[in-house]
Amino acid sequence: MIRDITLGQYYPGNSWIHQLDARVKIIWTFVYIISLFLIQDFWGYLIILATLGLIVGVSKVPPSFMLRGLKPIFLIIVFTFTINMFMTKGTPLIEIGFLTITREGFRNALFMGTRLVLLIIGSSLLTLVTKPINLTDGIEKLLSPGQKIGIPAHELAMMMTIALRFIPTLLEETDKIMKAQMARGADFESGNIMKRAKSLIPLLVPLFISAFRIAQDLAMAMEARCYRGGSHRTRMNGIKLKKKDAVALAFTAIYLFAVILQGQGIYKMLL
Amino acid sequence: MQVEVKNLTHIYSEGTPYESVALTDVSFEIGEGEFVGIIGHTGSGKSTLIQHLNGLLKPKSGKILVDGVDITGKDVKMSDIRRKIGLVFQYPEYQLFEETVRKDVAFGPLNLGLAQEEAEKRAEEAIRLVGLDYEEIADRSPFELSGGQKRRVAIAGVLAMQPELLILDEPTAGLDPKAHADVLDMIVRIHETSKNSIILVSHNMGDIARLSDKVLVMDRGRLILTGTPSEVFRQAELLESLGLALPPPAQMMRDLRAAGVPVSADILTIEEAEEELYRLLTAAKTDN
Repeated sequence: MIRDITLGQYYPGNSWIHQLDARVKIIWTFVYIISLFLIQDFWGYLIILATLGLIVGVSKVPPSFMLRGLKPIFLIIVFTFTINMFMTKGTPLIEIGFLTITREGFRNALFMGTRLVLLIIGSSLLTLVTKPINLTDGIEKLLSPGQKIGIPAHELAMMMTIALRFIPTLLEETDKIMKAQMARGADFESGNIMKRAKSLIPLLVPLFISAFRIAQDLAMAMEARCYRGGSHRTRMNGIKLKKKDAVALAFTAIYLFAVILQGQGIYKMLL
Repeated sequence: MQVEVKNLTHIYSEGTPYESVALTDVSFEIGEGEFVGIIGHTGSGKSTLIQHLNGLLKPKSGKILVDGVDITGKDVKMSDIRRKIGLVFQYPEYQLFEETVRKDVAFGPLNLGLAQEEAEKRAEEAIRLVGLDYEEIADRSPFELSGGQKRRVAIAGVLAMQPELLILDEPTAGLDPKAHADVLDMIVRIHETSKNSIILVSHNMGDIARLSDKVLVMDRGRLILTGTPSEVFRQAELLESLGLALPPPAQMMRDLRAAGVPVSADILTIEEAEEELYRLLTAAKTDN
């Protein structure tokens, strides 16, 4: 279980959403992202917000977790907002010094900003309700038709699985090395940027070497158990689509349809 | 130097679902120049305990007095602690990183603020002290050495800081019998030359019995037993219940006593066992 929460992203649960096939969830996320670019005005956001709210509610993931994903890109959101606000030409609203906020600028900033926020929240939902292992399985299954044109679906999925599996191991290794160097008087905390970057060498060099050593051992262990790559490998846990997956896919299709219509302004015509 | 540990308690990940108590109310002393052995099942808290001694971990409660100064206090400089107390982790060869052996061993002294020349002088001393050929090895990359050599270089890296208390966490882990014996001889030699205090954490009861002035027995975060090797290893049943074995000679004597042979209960080393058996056999002869 600890491995599942490794990236700080999986929120354990057994909701209807959690139980869906990973492929369905990946497809949904794709459609969702596309939908964000299909709508033309704020009314479209209503559909998107309502749908997102419904899904989050069913998944029982606390909203605070959804907002976590925004932290790292907070600056980008602010940047986008500001650029749009001040750089768009049009009818002036407020003037501050030599900077002008136009009505169009304000509207654009809000529109683009909202799009960005919804983009991040919606896509972080995918990793919140899907275990990393199931995610890589789903990606492999979705990509496997591509093997006919040379996409190494199995190898990509295996790489992702191994990388995820070793994150806790490498974190542990980092901790050990850090403590060993600190016991020799290394200081990772004080000093300016340059000094701190230099102080990372006693940490990074042994860590890299350990990583390569682990990789070599793993490769040998896999080979010793006859691993030869993906061809003709069978699975222990087959993933099969269930009724709820069909329902979710149908929902996705309806959603996409509704958004396309909105983008074309159909609703405005009807009202 | 004098080290007093008082009522040390440590809790990992407090307040999270992964909270676990690693140490509960541990107290002991280390006297000037003492050789202390720490034994205990995996998970008994040995590693946690020794990481408190050089300031890598801070306790939830309790004190550690080094020469009268509480190192768990707020205003203590880490470099002052690490100057006095050196810690060699398990598999220390994984911490090597420099371009040459000399530079790696000099890393510690340089961190303590010594001048380049002084640091290199100490590095040379330390490399010789661990039994390596300085001229041959100083300019080589640590990564082209054998496992046993790497380990010695790593230990030299800590010795170069000339700690008054040297803590070694299973320094013989993964070594073949000869390398094992060499490393222990080296530790004894260091102890005798620099007259420092040593803490040896080990699963090898024979080593602990042979070398320690005092033994600490840990179990599930508590200090269960303290005493001289004789005192501790006499408590065979208690040790067994903790999942710990006796030194092989002591175990053999215990088995003999259980079979009715009147041998002493105070045997710890091979030499003592040999003498005791010789005594027994010659006494039997003279009786006949």
